Amino acid sequence: MPDLPPPILSPASTALHMGAAMRDLSPAYETTAAIHLDGLTRRFAAGGTLALDGVSLDVAPGEIFGIVGRSGAGKSTLIRCVNLLERPDAGRIAVFGQDLLALDEPALRAARRGIGMVFQHFNLHTRRTVSENIAFPLEIAGLSRAEIRARVAEILPLVGLEAKRDAWPAQLSGGQKQRVGIARALASRPKILLCDEATSALDPETTAEILELIRGLRDRLELTVLLITHEMGVVKAICDQVAVMEAGRIIEQGRVFDVFTRPDQPTTRRFVAEVIGHSVPPSTIARLPPPRAEEIRRLAQVVFAGPHSTRAVVSEASRDFGIDINIVSGRVDEIAGEPFGVMALAAYGPAAAVEAGFAWMRGLGLTVTEIEA
Amino acid sequence: MSWLTPTMRDLLLEALWETALMVGISAAIAVVIGLPIALLLHVTAREGLSPRVWINRPLGLLVNAARSTPFIILMVAIIPFTRLVAGTSIGTAAAIVPLALAATAFLARLFENALHEVDKGVIEAARAMGATRLQIVTKVLVPEALPGLIAATTVSLVSLVGFSAMAGAVGGGGLGDLGIRFGYQRFMPEVMASVVLILILLVQGLQSFGDWLVRRVSHR
Repeated sequence: MPDLPPPILSPASTALHMGAAMRDLSPAYETTAAIHLDGLTRRFAAGGTLALDGVSLDVAPGEIFGIVGRSGAGKSTLIRCVNLLERPDAGRIAVFGQDLLALDEPALRAARRGIGMVFQHFNLHTRRTVSENIAFPLEIAGLSRAEIRARVAEILPLVGLEAKRDAWPAQLSGGQKQRVGIARALASRPKILLCDEATSALDPETTAEILELIRGLRDRLELTVLLITHEMGVVKAICDQVAVMEAGRIIEQGRVFDVFTRPDQPTTRRFVAEVIGHSVPPSTIARLPPPRAEEIRRLAQVVFAGPHSTRAVVSEASRDFGIDINIVSGRVDEIAGEPFGVMALAAYGPAAAVEAGFAWMRGLGLTVTEIEA
Repeated sequence: MSWLTPTMRDLLLEALWETALMVGISAAIAVVIGLPIALLLHVTAREGLSPRVWINRPLGLLVNAARSTPFIILMVAIIPFTRLVAGTSIGTAAAIVPLALAATAFLARLFENALHEVDKGVIEAARAMGATRLQIVTKVLVPEALPGLIAATTVSLVSLVGFSAMAGAVGGGGLGDLGIRFGYQRFMPEVMASVVLILILLVQGLQSFGDWLVRRVSHR
């Protein structure tokens, strides 16, 4: 992409809610991305560390895009830039081609109505009932009572809260509160949903429910979802794309299946290991027999993905290269609907044979990573 | 109960009425003026919705100055102002002016604290939904702070009952004044005891009512 794209009104920007096209005097981007972030930089205190260090990112329409990172990695700052709750010091933000940083206050408020947001701690009004909470964004947008009532009645079933319409937030479980949060975020029919650690305050079972709900709503309402999380499990459960953040930068990015099966950066590997158990406990390694004289022992983690996930790789390698293979751990899992297996192997034999065996496996397209013994 | 002559009873009732008048009117004024001041302090604070140090700093100083002046001194110090507002510097009406002033400063600070207690997340959510600053104040900040605002008003009502006892110094009357003049200066311990008893009941009643109201409006 050229540095300064000519101001072309992309068709996508007309899709933005609340007549964005009408007042669109801001330079638009020739981008097909739903969310386009370019070189975002943010430093909170002068001389302090960078919360965002030149982050660029494109989220395609209809995608569920996950950003994963430890606390302090900058992911929260990043997601808050997308609706300008946080203003970057430098960089560009375009939502459906509309340059948010060029908008004045009223135009920004209109643009925000096209971007729903869900929060870790739900952020519901304690003195408004479920219905009144969902009505809030419609009230501030100036809809009539009748319109609000109709819209709230329309949304409640989407999140399964018809029975709780008149309950107070304090009477709800965490999962129900987040359902209200999601309903409220979607009340003004946004095309973008931002999820700021939306499931981090929930138990695993409720987390799964809420993620399933978000995925279902994405399909039904054709939403584009950007979520941040510190749990790789969330990414595994619903994301199509993932970016890993560390120290204000995106260190790795790609399709979820690719990143899970072929993680490149050490941080990514640690994240992936949380979910698919790549690591072998040191106590298990200590119990493995030592190699015989003239032989070596190599520990490796092998990820089976794609066409070879059903092939008898271990016995073939053992037979053809004359090495003994001890399967230390193994499991088969599914990510983004694609099966893959992960196995920790201890291979024994002459050094050349072991190396050749591993090379042969790599040749098959398996990811072989040696584990420090 | 031989001391409770009809005259004495009338004196007690009249004093109770004067106290109610002084506390009630000055509290009402304090709420009406104190809330906008508190909102202004809150909104213009460094982390507020619309940071304005040049408003926040002087206003905060003014509120603190009024709060740190002992009430008995404040009452005397603002006599010219009292005369301007109430037309007189003695009597119940004259006592209401300094009471309202002290209560406004006190309540502005308590209200500000109550506003500060509102969950920042709810305000952030409103911003994310495209709310204007005015909408955030009227539809989020004040409604969410309401239980705290009521609790603060209760506290200031109770304090006002105490302050109003000093109103005797400017001939404001009231229960405290009655206690001093009859109970203390005329050596009538039973009058003092009944004044104290009535004050205790009054404060208890106000506090219980305030607590009940807070429970009613909060849904935490």
